[in-house]
Order: sequence, then structure tokens, then C-alpha cells
Amino acid sequence: MSERATSVSPPEEQHDDQNQDQNQDAQQPQGDAETDEFSAPSAETQAEPVTTGAESVVRALENAGVEYAFGVQGGAIMPIYDALYDSEIQHVTMAHEQGAAHAADAYGIVSGEPGVCLATSGPGATNLVTGIADADMDSDPMLALTGQVPTELVGNDAFQETDTTGVTTPVTKDNTFAADPDGVGTDVSEAFALAREGRPGPTLVDLPKDVTNAETDAEPDAPETPDTYEFTEEADPEIVAAAAEQIKTANRPVMLLGGGVIKGEASETCREFAIEHEIPVVTTMPAIGAFPEDHELAMEMAGMHGTGYANMAITHCDTMVAVGTRFDDRLTGGIETFAPDAEIIHVDIDPAEISKNIHADYPLVGDADTVVSQLAHAVENSPQATKWRAQCQQWKSDYSMAYDVPSEQSADEPSTSSKIPEDEPVRPEFVVEALDEATSDRAVVTTGVGQHQMWACQYWTFTEPRTWVSSHGLGAMGYGLPAAIGARLAADDDQEVVCIDGDGSFLMTLQGLSVAVRENLDITVAVLNNEYIGMVRQWQDAFFEGRHSASEYGWTPEFDTIAEAFGATGFRIDTYDEVADTIAAALSEDGPSVIDVHIDPQANVYPMVPSGGDNGQFALAEDQL
Amino acid sequence: MTDGNGDRRRGLDGPAPEERPTPTGRRNEQGIRIDPAVEATHEPRRTVISTLVEHEPGVLSDVSGLFSRRQFNIESLTVGPTTDEDRARITLVVEEPDPGIDQIKKQLRKLVPVISVRELESDAMRRELALVKIDADEPAQVSAVADMYDGKTVDSCPETATIEITGSRQKIDAAIETFEQFGIREIDRTGTTALARGIQSTAAPASTTESTATEASQPQNQYAPADDD
Repeated sequence: MSERATSVSPPEEQHDDQNQDQNQDAQQPQGDAETDEFSAPSAETQAEPVTTGAESVVRALENAGVEYAFGVQGGAIMPIYDALYDSEIQHVTMAHEQGAAHAADAYGIVSGEPGVCLATSGPGATNLVTGIADADMDSDPMLALTGQVPTELVGNDAFQETDTTGVTTPVTKDNTFAADPDGVGTDVSEAFALAREGRPGPTLVDLPKDVTNAETDAEPDAPETPDTYEFTEEADPEIVAAAAEQIKTANRPVMLLGGGVIKGEASETCREFAIEHEIPVVTTMPAIGAFPEDHELAMEMAGMHGTGYANMAITHCDTMVAVGTRFDDRLTGGIETFAPDAEIIHVDIDPAEISKNIHADYPLVGDADTVVSQLAHAVENSPQATKWRAQCQQWKSDYSMAYDVPSEQSADEPSTSSKIPEDEPVRPEFVVEALDEATSDRAVVTTGVGQHQMWACQYWTFTEPRTWVSSHGLGAMGYGLPAAIGARLAADDDQEVVCIDGDGSFLMTLQGLSVAVRENLDITVAVLNNEYIGMVRQWQDAFFEGRHSASEYGWTPEFDTIAEAFGATGFRIDTYDEVADTIAAALSEDGPSVIDVHIDPQANVYPMVPSGGDNGQFALAEDQL
Repeated sequence: MTDGNGDRRRGLDGPAPEERPTPTGRRNEQGIRIDPAVEATHEPRRTVISTLVEHEPGVLSDVSGLFSRRQFNIESLTVGPTTDEDRARITLVVEEPDPGIDQIKKQLRKLVPVISVRELESDAMRRELALVKIDADEPAQVSAVADMYDGKTVDSCPETATIEITGSRQKIDAAIETFEQFGIREIDRTGTTALARGIQSTAAPASTTESTATEASQPQNQYAPADDD
């Protein structure tokens, strides 16, 4: 993070070759390959000088090191696509702009670099909005480029005109209407830099067709944030010292890792700190993978559907080291009962998150990795917390996530599944565990939103950052499949990409299968099919007297057959004894495959803290709600 | 599912909620730990926040959108040019408890076109302007009341007189209340404009932008009239 946060030195104007050379010299001391890529690229790659606004936009993307872009063509964005025709950037044509945004978002999560999505004006831009809002809620780095009607028609309600900057202002970190052909490339460079620097987030540049079509020879500046954008790397040393003192004297310490730990590349530093001082670690949902869930100190995810032991730990701790979290309501439950005895040490790069929801006794504004390193230096003695650690282990056994399986079945040994009666409906948890077992530790998991997402959180054992890709804050159903497409292109070849989806979520974006087939992307989609909008059905049972209003499908299409129609490989699971073999077969397909897993339709997600409830009073069953 | 399997799928094992220990502490609605016996919440207060922004399209909607989206209580918003043609000043009067005011300042600072944000001291110069159109049946008395409030008649005809009043919000409120006896036809009021007193710059202190120096060197801040408030 720190090297990314240190942006390249101010660009000189690149009017002629001489200036470009100077520019290169000026940046030499930065010395890393990534930085060099940004400087004077036209000289290095012998690219032709730009001649239009659109070429300047594409040059800005190339300079920033963009390898993939996800989008859908359309009238107002055509000049950009025309310029892309000659570019090394690989464009993935998506079936729907929402998918383009989710794919770019997932690309950003897995790679750490902003994912790029493109859409035309009007409906193209509005279709991106869900994906942009998702990136905004989860602070995912993303750059959206939208076509716009020609400047002279803006404001006239022209064909396919939407006030895109107006529509996206509340859901972007920053957005720009590019009004000037000479500046449009630099607008894009700046937006790219803003998307990843400081607290990451989505940015958007709206590109009127006359501006992208216009002639210009203006090369874009290097990707740098504007002067008015500032963020802090290092936290105030005095508060660090005070926080260190609090940690040393704690009796019941907990680390609460948030998504910022992964964004800030602080997972390793946090792991070392927690292990060195033997502090139990709880994560939020976006931070899944920041700490290995098979470690003794791992209390796993806290919050609404977090583990019982994680919720006990955050409720009873006396000191909480919270890193890169915004204390979302799904984590805190009711504010009045959230960690009520805890001194809160809050590390965040965004000052506005400090004391927004939960008062920070020790506010540490800065980059997660830098500040946790500062803390690591300042804490010489570990807290005396032997009793507390024993208590946490006790909770781990008291509130075990073990679920009942048919008597012959052992959750640990899917291979024994042949003894299960055929009419026994398959538990979703079992399927998640079987997928986890059949894949490597670095496999990437994407999900939609709902019950299946929670089972994936709870029953997949994550050990590496950037392997969990989901829609956390926005909760956008339909995220899983397009996210798998973006994740596939960002992940290494030896990382499997598995999308655990629900039937409802899958139905929202399954047209993305056409993209996965066309691009021959090796992804495996497991649809946990209960023929319900399952989470809603669960809430209706708990809070609406079982009145299943608009949550029952009672019928779903055959997802395996649909997959085949798209040209993917389809599989179906109905019984326990099919689970292991079918998963193995689907994973071995060298291309997209879909498993329609018919799960127990009555399965519910527990533990559960109802909205605004007390985390320590999580329900283990419906009668406790 | 068969009924016989009902229990199996109902949930997980473990001590029920009522069997678990519970902490004694509590937090208030602002997330601050409190002694449950002496629960205290912050009361809203009114204050002036002055922001210096890039003079570019969309910045006003960024700021006003922020207030509506985050449900911040805003009383007035005034925007105008500064000595630097690339910069505009937005002066906001807000009413929130202290944590809310803190959030407003932090959220404003996050907007990319925002250069500096500062909450003005209570002694800052604050002025509003009002145009009050009054029935002119008793011109002499109207004129007398206008004089009382340093008002200026900017328009008159046999039926109406329009008075301009500048000053603090309280003064204008008082003037309007007094004018009501004549019959008020229309009123237009501006929001609050405000500057810090003396040599202080109204732009945020210790701001890292050059604009602070530019603003501070303007003569307007060295001129301190002793009127009003």
C-alpha cells in the first residue's frame, strides 16, 4: 500500500521528446518497475502520438497499466471503443453493464488495482450504477468510463442522455464530466489514481462524444491524485503510544480486522501482531481471508451471521484494536450493546470513519499497514490475557459451527457419503465444505447475496487475503457470476475460481454465462438451489408468521440445462452421494461449469443477531429470536 | 422436509441467550460508552462552517447532496466567489450535536473539490440580508421602523415599500416581526455570510494548500467593524 500511496512525482508537461526525457529522469529515483511504467510510456512502447480525445483516454489507461476492461458497446462510447481497437488492453464484452461493473469490482478486489468498466450513455450508464454503488460501499478500487451525448446536446434530453455525473455523485468517490479534449486523458489518469489512492473507491469520468471524437495531441498526465486530495500515512505517535499502553494492560483484548486490512495490504502485519501478542482475531465480512481461519486465534466473522464465539469475543472484550472497519450495522448490531466494556483503538485511513458509528478512544488515522507497524513497535509486552484466551477457546467449543448431518454422515469425511439415504436433502453447509476441500487454499470464492453467501462465509475456511469476493455493504444479488468473470482474469492460473450462488441471485445475472463461454473462462458455479429467496423466507418464518410473500419460486429453471444451452457444462446434485464426484468433475472442466445443487429448502442460517440486536444474545435457532 | 427432521435443521447447539454472561456497560446512540445511570447525550447546537472549494460545476450539488444523503441538519447555505477566481466559498449554518458537527466537517473534507473546511468561532462576523416588501399605508411609520434597524428603502410606490436590512439573523428576525404590524407582502432572505475576525484566515487554519496564504493576505480580514451582534 505504501508504495501505491506514494504517487509518482509531479508530471512535466509532455510537449516534446526532450520534455519526456526529463520526465523520465525526474522519476528515476522512484526506482520501481511499476512507476517506470507510468512515465513517458509513449517513448518506451513506441506508441503513436495521440490524435483524438478517445485515444488520449485509452493512452491514460495504458499508462496506468490497465490490462483488462469490461464493458458494453453503445452509441456515445463508440469513439473510445474505436481507440481500444488498436490497444493492447483486452476488452471483455459483457452481456449487461451491471455485470461489467461487478466484473471490474471483483477484478479490483483480487488484483488490488482499479478494475475498469465502460458503458455508453443513458441506459448503459444507469445499468452500471448498482455495480458502482457496490464498489462505493465496499471501498473497492474501480474506474467507470461512460459515454455521453455530444456537449451541445447535453441538457436537451437528447437520445440516451442521462445526467450521469448527477446520478452517480452519491455513489462515487469522485466523478468528472470531461469537457475538454485536451484534458480528457488527464481526467481519466486522475480518476484512476483517485480510485486506488487513500481509501479506495469507484470513480467515474463522463465522456461526451464530441470530446472523445475531437482532435487533440495532448498526451495524458501520469495517474496522480489532484492537489486537493490528501490522506495520512502515519498516525499521531502520541496516540500510538497511548494505544500501545492500553493494549499492554488489556486483560481481554481482541483485534477486529475490517476490509481496510486487505485493501491496505496489512494482512501480514496484522497476523504477525496478533500472533506475537496472542490476541484473538475477529474479522468483518470484507476482511475474510485477512487472518487464517484455521489458526487457533481465529474467532472468524462477527456480526449478524457471524460465529457465536466471534460475537462473544467482541461483546466481552475490554480492548478492541479495530483496523480498517467502518463499524457497519450488520457488524455492530445495536450500538448500545456493542463492545460495551471496550476501549476502542480505531485505525482507519478515512478520518470520517473515526467515531462515526462507534466512539474511538484512540483514533489512529493512517494507512492500515503503516499504523499497525507503528503499534507493533510501540507494544513491547504482550497483554496478560491467558484466562481470556482460554475463555475464547471455550466459546469456540460452546458455540461450535458443527451442524447435524444424517447419522451415517461425518461432515469431515465427505467420502463416506455413499451411506446417506437418497431422499435425505443435502445440507448447503456440506456442499460448501466439499467445495473447499476439493480446491486449493488460494481458490477464489465469489458469491451472490443471501443465505448461500452466509454459508460460504461460515463454512469455507479462508486463509488468504483477496480470495473472498462478495457484495458486502450493498448486498447486491446477482454479484456472483460477473464477479467470477472479473476474478478469473485477475487471479493466477493456479487459483480456482468458484462462484457459490443462490438460485435467486443466479437468475439476476446468468446472462453472464455467455461471456464466460465466449472467453472460455475456467470458473465453477455452484448454485445452492432451494427454490426460495431463502434469506427472505427465513426472515418471514421468524418475523412475519411464515407468510411467504413473493419469496417462494416453487419452481426454478434447470440451471444445468441452461448452462448447456449457453455452451457451458451443466451438472446437477440431488443427493449426498453425488456431491464429491460431481464437484470433482465440475472443477476438472477447463471452462465454465454450473452445478445445480438442490439443497434442503428449509435450511436456515444461524447464528443470527436480529437487526439492531445485542451481538452477545445471538440466536442459535428460530425460537431464540 | 419431513416433520421428523424438523429439529435437526432448526439451528445450532450451544448455551441459549439467557444462559450467557452479559456485560454491564452500555453505549449511547452516538457510540460513546456511558455510565448507564447517568446517560447523557449531546444537545444540538448551531454553528457556522466555512468551506473553500474549487470553483467548478457540480461542487454545490456535491455539498448539498452530502447534507441530504447523510441527514445533516442544515439551516442555510451561501455560495459566492472569492479573491481567487478559481475558488468559491460556501458558508453553511448547521444545527447538530457535537459528533454530528464533527462528521459534517470530515465528510466535507472528503469531497475532492473541497480545499478547506473550518468551523468559525462564535465571535465570527455573520451577516444576512433580507428584502421585505411592506404595505405602505403609513409611510412615516414604516420609515421610522426601517431606521430603527438601519434599514434602507430600496423601492417604494403608493402601495408598497421595500426595505433592505442586513445584520445578524436575530436582528433580521426582530425587524421582520416589527414590520408585521404594517402587513408584509413578500420576503426574500439570504443565508449567512461569515468571516473570521482580525488577521485570522477564514480558510482552515494550518491547511496545507496555498490558498490559505492567499486568503489571509486579503485586506478584508484586517478590517474589523465594531457593529452588530
